[in-house]
Amino acid sequence: MRQRHVFSWAAWFLVTVNAAALLAGFVAPYNYETQDRLRPYAPPTRLHLVDCEGKFHFWPFVYMTRPGGESLTEYQEDCGQRFPVRFFLSGDGYTVLGLFSGHRHLFGVDLPARMYLLGGDGLGRDQFSRMLYGAQVSLFAGALAALLAMMGGLLVGSIAGVYGGAIDDLCMRVTEVIIAVPPFYVLLAVRAFLPLQVSAPVMFLEIVAVLGFVAWGRPARLVRGVVLGARERSFVLAAQGFGASRAYLLRRHLMPLAMNAALTQMAVSIPQIILGEVVISFLGLGMSEPVPSWGNMLAQAQQYHVLTAHWWMLLPALALVPVTLAYQALADVLGSRLQSRI
Amino acid sequence: MIRYFGRRLFHAVLVLFGVSLLMFLVQQAAPGDFLSEMRLNPQISPQALHTLRAQYGLDQPLPLRYAHWLSFVARGEFGYSFAYDMPASKLLWPRARNTLLLTVPALLISWLIAVPLGVLAAAQRGTWLGRLFSGGTSFLLAVPDVLLALLALMIALRTGLFPVGGMRSADPSHGRLADLAWHMVLPVGTLVLGSLPVILRHVRAAVSETLSSCYVRAAEGHGLRQLPLLFRHALPAAANPLISLFGISIAFLLSVSLLVETVMSWPGMGPLLLESILARDLFVVLGATMLSTLFPLAGNLIADVLLYGFDPRIRMEP
Repeated sequence: MRQRHVFSWAAWFLVTVNAAALLAGFVAPYNYETQDRLRPYAPPTRLHLVDCEGKFHFWPFVYMTRPGGESLTEYQEDCGQRFPVRFFLSGDGYTVLGLFSGHRHLFGVDLPARMYLLGGDGLGRDQFSRMLYGAQVSLFAGALAALLAMMGGLLVGSIAGVYGGAIDDLCMRVTEVIIAVPPFYVLLAVRAFLPLQVSAPVMFLEIVAVLGFVAWGRPARLVRGVVLGARERSFVLAAQGFGASRAYLLRRHLMPLAMNAALTQMAVSIPQIILGEVVISFLGLGMSEPVPSWGNMLAQAQQYHVLTAHWWMLLPALALVPVTLAYQALADVLGSRLQSRI
Repeated sequence: MIRYFGRRLFHAVLVLFGVSLLMFLVQQAAPGDFLSEMRLNPQISPQALHTLRAQYGLDQPLPLRYAHWLSFVARGEFGYSFAYDMPASKLLWPRARNTLLLTVPALLISWLIAVPLGVLAAAQRGTWLGRLFSGGTSFLLAVPDVLLALLALMIALRTGLFPVGGMRSADPSHGRLADLAWHMVLPVGTLVLGSLPVILRHVRAAVSETLSSCYVRAAEGHGLRQLPLLFRHALPAAANPLISLFGISIAFLLSVSLLVETVMSWPGMGPLLLESILARDLFVVLGATMLSTLFPLAGNLIADVLLYGFDPRIRMEP
């Protein structure tokens, strides 16, 4: 039962992360565009329980920072005034899903102090808030594209498997072509021929389309294999003997099996596709500023001084690690369930 | 034997042809071309643009252009670079050589590490060492390549032991070859680290499967020592799926290499592709994509030769 444990942990983690991304406006203390130009590359804000005089407080608080030290991006805490952490406080306006608008945030501190849990970037924008908004692009584009690829793979794979012959040959040659090109190359090449300067929602759809288009090859081959294998099995042959049509066979017997395989493949491919989005945006061909994605946030970390002095700018890439591990765990469990069923 | 290789070769050519056709069809859907930026420039007359279009052959219908381009490719060229104003092949081949300079050593190193390590890990399956090992590969697998490349750059910047990018220094102090090798260390290391967990997993899975087969158990029962058992008897039987993985691992390495080259400003195909995409330099994009497909396909052919030598079942095929 250890496996079930892992499964539920992974599932809960993914649900939490995705829900936080969906409700980014509420969970994030600031808007992704809110800047504090006077404090570039502010390090992660420290939460205190003990103040400068050594007195203990029961409620966590932060201090305001002011530039100090030799370089421009060194900061000292200003012990003059404590800013306690507050919940459900009013701040930047936002909309969730384009349906609800609000200005209450889950947590934060009163202005003029700021609470940057994961530091700030070169324009003084909150890295934590931007990562949540960026997850809307990176995680959702990955999941949607994987769904698209799965549906494409199911369609092509089952057609190839059921009809066989010349149709099968044609379908498989086309998938081979897609698979033959190294993934990032085909991703960029297909991306190259879509418009670059477009609004954020259009860009999101473009990215989903490109990722989905590039990724349908593997599920298609997998589904074809499953369908071909299943066609030889006795219950399918029996149904065929009773005069079942191809459409009926596909719907009643073959699709459920293929669906399982495709779902497993989808769990495997989601982190890869998310990485695809990150790479496109990282290379400047995807989501463009000021709208954040984990990829274009990382692009800032390419600058040498950022890389050496401000480690928190690498956090979007680090965040990919637990997400990938969770999807892997999910895929492992789904895969072993599939094994036991076939 | 000739029929077998003939078939494989024909198949590779067919795939290349398919890639070119696909890329041509996709680019047809693209809005604008290299010259469309010029249209906004009031200093260039519409007549001049028209002649330029005719000169580049952009006014012809798609099938004609494709046929024209194919005839170029058949002669080993990839069309014309608008942005550099030179044949695209002259631009592409040196860049491709630089990319191979990274990927080929990385390919060899990662296979040389992965095979023995994977075999040993398969033998340790079920023990705490084996579990630690599979946990380690899972974790490495989850580390994105972007992070690896950025961390390599960070090491170069922090320690100053390695150059932060490029291929050669302005004044190499230890001879050109040593200088090149010194520049290669970090990018190749990143590539190895990126591809190692993938190959390791496959080696381990393939060898584990043969280890549970009857003949290995019989050999074990006869008292064979473990190392000869693993490497002389189990590994060759597991070689088939691994050799097929060889070509795929080249594709994977090229893919990661694109990223590493861009981050570490290595003058390979990756930065060129990026540049030509932004400049809408159609034929260079096409050429880079075709070349990037050519190398894994060549790897597949090598794998086929190896497989033919290794696996008697294939020699029996009609």
